[in-house]
Amino acid sequence: MDLHFHGPDATLTERSVVDSVLGLPPSEGPGGLRITRDEGHHSLVQRSKLLPAFHAVQNRFGWIPPGAMDYICRRLSVPPAEAHGVASFYHMFTLKSTPPTVVHVCDDVACRIKGSEGLCTELQHALGAEGWKRSPCLGQCERAPAALVVRAGETPSATSVAPANSQSLLAARAADLPASADTRESIRASVPQFGSDNLRLLSRVGRVNPCSLEAYQASGGYSALTKGILQGPEAVIAEVMASKLMGRGGAAFPTGRKWEAVAKAPARPHYVVCNADESEPGTFKDRVLMEGDPFAVIEGMTIAGLATGSEQGYLYIRGEYPQATERLKHALEAARAAHLLGPKILGSSFSFDIELRSGAGAYICGEETALFNSIEGKRGEPRNKPPFPVHVGLFGKPTVINNVETLVNIPQILALGGEAYSRIGTAGSAGPKLFCVSGHVTRPGVYEVDFGITLGQLIQQAGGVAGGKAIRAVLLGGAAGSFVGPDQLNIPLSFEGTRAAGASLGSGVVLVFDESVDLADILLRIAAFFRDESCGQCVPCRVGTVRQEELLHRLRSGKPMRSYADELELLKEIGQVMRDASICGLGQAASNAVESAFATLNPMPKVAQIR
Amino acid sequence: MADKTLTINGQVVQAQEGQTLLQAAREAGFPIPTLCHLEGLSDPGSCRVCMVEQTGSSRLLPACTTRVSDHLVIETNSKRVREERRKVVELLFAERNHVCAVCVACGHCELQDLAIEVGMDHVRFDYDHPDCKIDLSHHLYGIDHNRCVLCTRCVRACDEVEGAHTWDVAGWGKETRVVTDHGQPWGNSETCTSCGKCVQACPTAAIFIKGMTVAESRKHPAEIGFLVKSREHLHCQD
Repeated sequence: MDLHFHGPDATLTERSVVDSVLGLPPSEGPGGLRITRDEGHHSLVQRSKLLPAFHAVQNRFGWIPPGAMDYICRRLSVPPAEAHGVASFYHMFTLKSTPPTVVHVCDDVACRIKGSEGLCTELQHALGAEGWKRSPCLGQCERAPAALVVRAGETPSATSVAPANSQSLLAARAADLPASADTRESIRASVPQFGSDNLRLLSRVGRVNPCSLEAYQASGGYSALTKGILQGPEAVIAEVMASKLMGRGGAAFPTGRKWEAVAKAPARPHYVVCNADESEPGTFKDRVLMEGDPFAVIEGMTIAGLATGSEQGYLYIRGEYPQATERLKHALEAARAAHLLGPKILGSSFSFDIELRSGAGAYICGEETALFNSIEGKRGEPRNKPPFPVHVGLFGKPTVINNVETLVNIPQILALGGEAYSRIGTAGSAGPKLFCVSGHVTRPGVYEVDFGITLGQLIQQAGGVAGGKAIRAVLLGGAAGSFVGPDQLNIPLSFEGTRAAGASLGSGVVLVFDESVDLADILLRIAAFFRDESCGQCVPCRVGTVRQEELLHRLRSGKPMRSYADELELLKEIGQVMRDASICGLGQAASNAVESAFATLNPMPKVAQIR
Repeated sequence: MADKTLTINGQVVQAQEGQTLLQAAREAGFPIPTLCHLEGLSDPGSCRVCMVEQTGSSRLLPACTTRVSDHLVIETNSKRVREERRKVVELLFAERNHVCAVCVACGHCELQDLAIEVGMDHVRFDYDHPDCKIDLSHHLYGIDHNRCVLCTRCVRACDEVEGAHTWDVAGWGKETRVVTDHGQPWGNSETCTSCGKCVQACPTAAIFIKGMTVAESRKHPAEIGFLVKSREHLHCQD
């Protein structure tokens, strides 16, 4: 294929920024990487540098100038249309010149009930339309309202500000904030149970220095990997099987079965992917783990690599988590320096390394196959399944993909023994579980409990509803989860318990709304979220999410097109076609919260229903 | 290749391993409507028109991307499937500005044929009337985004058959659009070979030849498949 290019040549700075990611070009000439059929797999892996190159350019200039775009296309032999399609897919890349500093304000559900709208008004007044934008959930729900200040330049930075007010945001925008010196103090606020002796997953968070490998090892870290290497891959898989661990990302698939399928897959190489694209509104547990105990994530991934016969792992973290990214970067370097990553780990024959990849603002990339496409440098559109990732995953190879929390459970399992681990929790849901409690509770944060505790007990543990108000509703499992009413607080929080109640645990979100909340407004925000995060690939989701939002607006404004009952019927039909026919979980779950609210909570104002 | 035995609409059908449900059903004489599928091109499985029902499963399966397997029992024309197809086509019509009465493709448009086939006789939503552009900068062809259904047949024909990759998909969600090169006007594209395969692949009047009358603007999408078949044939002779 001959590539044709046009437009301005890249400036020297643009070229050097791109070269800093891709390495110097092999020759003086304009030709770049030649992708030929013979190179196959290797060229695919090379091509996957597209997103890192975009990131570098975006971080340096605040947008992707045409010259830089052209140069990237040349270097990676990517057709211009394809590169343009990829860059325009991700919300954090811009193809038009924008100010170098942009404030992203979270206006999603948890921040919305803590005054994010007022913050938006103030910023609009102070900065005008260009200097800030609205963002879906930034994963700082326990400290709502949250914002992210992104600054491009020679020393690019991204700073989370939470809780935010307009003064603190304008200050953060004006000055380079130094990274907080104490790495433990700030995170303790996110873990209300800090100091308790019963914690397993959170035991190091806020206590052990997350920037010190020695501290991690002194607190028992890497003993599980040592044990795993001694026992061998098959024994590790047997332990994970015996533990009955189920994935913590939302789908609750048995982790051991996934690992075994990949270990047995004949095609090579195998890959391990850690899904740290935590974007489900109301979810922040993975962020707390990565910021507070990054080595545990890496150890869990390394054990997964050992068990599945993989030599390469990818850790895909969402672009809105600057601090977690920094911690992981540091931890990866430290582990590599100590030969806990790289060739011949701990003197064994097992080699494994991890590459950190950043997302660029796309909820859909949390879907496993969309995440693979994103790592491969493509638009983050989900693939049709089957084939499943354990057979055809990243770069078309057998891939095990696990959520951050799932992987942090792995060292626990090897330490305790699978059998003993399986006795924690309930019969159908083994182990400790992290819940992201936020909204109108006295002590929002990440809570570690054994499966089986009731929803009401968990809310009590978080101090109950602030100000002694009554509960109006609880959003369980995130935007893709469902609402439950105040009469359902006795639901046991386990996979089987929530399933029996017609709900789901999802990613462990417990977002509490008191009686002051306008539920219709919350529903509209959730509908807008799905409309804006739909990738646009399949028809039911691309159009259905638009129609769902539009119909809710009609109901709320009291101007239905037909009788109220007929409108509800149509809403159900939209939900049904999205659930039946969408390619991936986003479309399939896009109507869950809306439908559950209408089923029991009567969310629309009375005036709308009379007409 | 091994044979697979499955049941389609109550009839036991033999199919070759690797075949899709769509191929197996069509060979067995059961028609399944499609939109984004075009003979000769890869299948994205994105229009969701060819969904079939798997007995004993709550999910519907896309016939164009699902491979045959033993013991699979599917229904290609159950009530649930017909309902789903009608709704998907209804959603498609309401998305952009599909007004058959004033369209040059009226009478030979795959979207219109599909609506008739699945019985989609009215749309229950307000038309969205998005502000879509028309690009007439190319010296031979034009694209009217008002009529685009994002089937990506142009993208795949251009990449997989012509090898130019002038087209791709940009943006996301409801703002998704097909674009040429860096999103500039088609006429400024440096990769376009003006071969016209995208025109023939396009199921509606979104991509058209300029200056054609209604009768002349009939498309020949089967030519894409013919071209691919002929090349395969040449390969076999090598």
